[in-house]
Amino acid sequence: MTETASTPFLEAPQALGAHDQHMVLNMGPQHPSMHGVLRLIVEIDGEIVVRLYPEIGYLHTGIEKTCEAKFYQQVVPLTDRIDYLSPMANNLCYCLAVEKLLRLEIPEKAQWIRVLLTELTRLNSHLIWLGTHAMDIGALTVFLYCFREREDILRIFEAVAGQRMMTSYFRIGGLSMEPPLDLFDRIQSFINIFPEKIDEYSNLLTGNPIFRNRLMGVGVLSAEDAVALGVTGPNMRASGVDFDLRRDMPYSGYEKFQFKVPVATAGDCWARYEVRMAEMRESVKIIQQALDGMPDGPIKADAPKIVLPDREKMKTQMEALIHHFKIVTEGFAVPAGEVYQGIESPRGQMGYYVVSDGTAKPYRVHMRNPSFATLQAIETMAKGRMLADVVAVVGSIDIVLGEIDR
Amino acid sequence: MSSSSNDLLSKAAVLASLPDHPAIKALLAFNSHALTDARFDRGELTLTIAPELIQGAAEAVKAAGYNAFEDATAVDWFPSTPRFQVSYHIVSHAHKERIRLRVMLPAEDPAVETVSTVWPGANFYEREVFDLFGIRFEGHPNLRRIMMPDDWKGHPLRKDYPVEGYR
Repeated sequence: MTETASTPFLEAPQALGAHDQHMVLNMGPQHPSMHGVLRLIVEIDGEIVVRLYPEIGYLHTGIEKTCEAKFYQQVVPLTDRIDYLSPMANNLCYCLAVEKLLRLEIPEKAQWIRVLLTELTRLNSHLIWLGTHAMDIGALTVFLYCFREREDILRIFEAVAGQRMMTSYFRIGGLSMEPPLDLFDRIQSFINIFPEKIDEYSNLLTGNPIFRNRLMGVGVLSAEDAVALGVTGPNMRASGVDFDLRRDMPYSGYEKFQFKVPVATAGDCWARYEVRMAEMRESVKIIQQALDGMPDGPIKADAPKIVLPDREKMKTQMEALIHHFKIVTEGFAVPAGEVYQGIESPRGQMGYYVVSDGTAKPYRVHMRNPSFATLQAIETMAKGRMLADVVAVVGSIDIVLGEIDR
Repeated sequence: MSSSSNDLLSKAAVLASLPDHPAIKALLAFNSHALTDARFDRGELTLTIAPELIQGAAEAVKAAGYNAFEDATAVDWFPSTPRFQVSYHIVSHAHKERIRLRVMLPAEDPAVETVSTVWPGANFYEREVFDLFGIRFEGHPNLRRIMMPDDWKGHPLRKDYPVEGYR
């Protein structure tokens, strides 16, 4: 039955007899399989996990508090740093939320480029998940292969935004600048070869008996538990819940794309592996559609008091220079109200809750990050299994501690 | 950028325009005093609930199909009264729609009943609000700090807590 993460058990382990008692073990925060600084307090009976309790907050930097002291446009670079493996998803979610507050319409081309780059981000994030997950299980080669392809994606990000990881490319009202002329050709040549690469990873892992035995039947999460505990995204779909915000509550023009939502029913680590592998193939399809149907037009909304003017215009037009000066020094006022924008990030449902009091600084910014909720289900998944399975479970749920702690 | 014609800014307007909305129907059937205010703004429905009735209201909307708890957080409206606002975002997989429930709490000893008995996923979120805002959730199974160290003094996301410098 549904049990949420537990009472703390910093008290002494239960005595079972004079010479027989449970042992409490600290996994992390400095542990190679904890994907950052996650600390799991595990109570074990021999090798069997009896209780498990995640202790977080080691990376807490108060980003939500920092946002309240910045102008709206200055928050964008902070959002990259929450989830450093999927920066574009965070940028997109924040920008969509503020655009909703402003009731700002975004040109179609900007929307399509956002979809294109967000799906590339999904590939980037899933590649890191696959590489590190396989490495935790002992298949070291896959890690090197995944990072080879990730490097191609990071080069594309560098070409488009000037930055490999902290891109900050999406801005309120559109994109920060025109993409380079050869960008679409580069992405096309990348996705021409990428499906073969997925086959390559799959060849290394899917038939591998060690990998199969470490994942199949391990860390089972039922559909009811997944929904009850707030688990979203690929982890929820691997438990058989068919829900994807991209398809069911579309944003940023996703309703114009055709793609399947991969669902598995077993709910174990293997199902999560299969769902994410299938998701990568679907992302390639979305990227192909975005490249084929890329509309022409501007990449920024026509809102001179919100969107920074082009550099060229600033040098020739007085108004553009004034607007630039005003936006940079005073920001722009956003009408009072509160909005919640949800998107499907690589890890699940991400949401930005932005409250405005009518001034140029957000009154409150709250991020709903999928990993935070997923962590609540970790005890349900690992309980009653061997201690070594905890490593497989933590790898398979794909958490990033930066977005858990913020 | 004024409010568009689709917005419904008062409870009466929302009740008149959305009489068949499953969440509103469930709340009115649950208790006529539960819904104190309603607002439909920028395509989002906000339902303000009487704080003492939040648990029952949560059960009512859950039964109406709002099964997936997504998020809970708070806003500090210092120095206005009531000072604290707790916002819950709930998604319905069946209706493919999201609603926001909110309760308003006073500045002195803010406390509200937990909804983690209705949606177990609210556990960590309520702990986070407790940690960063100092709002207590009655009946929560494990109301301890989650982000800050256990011996931390103060609640960092309150508006009277400085962004930089000494407290």
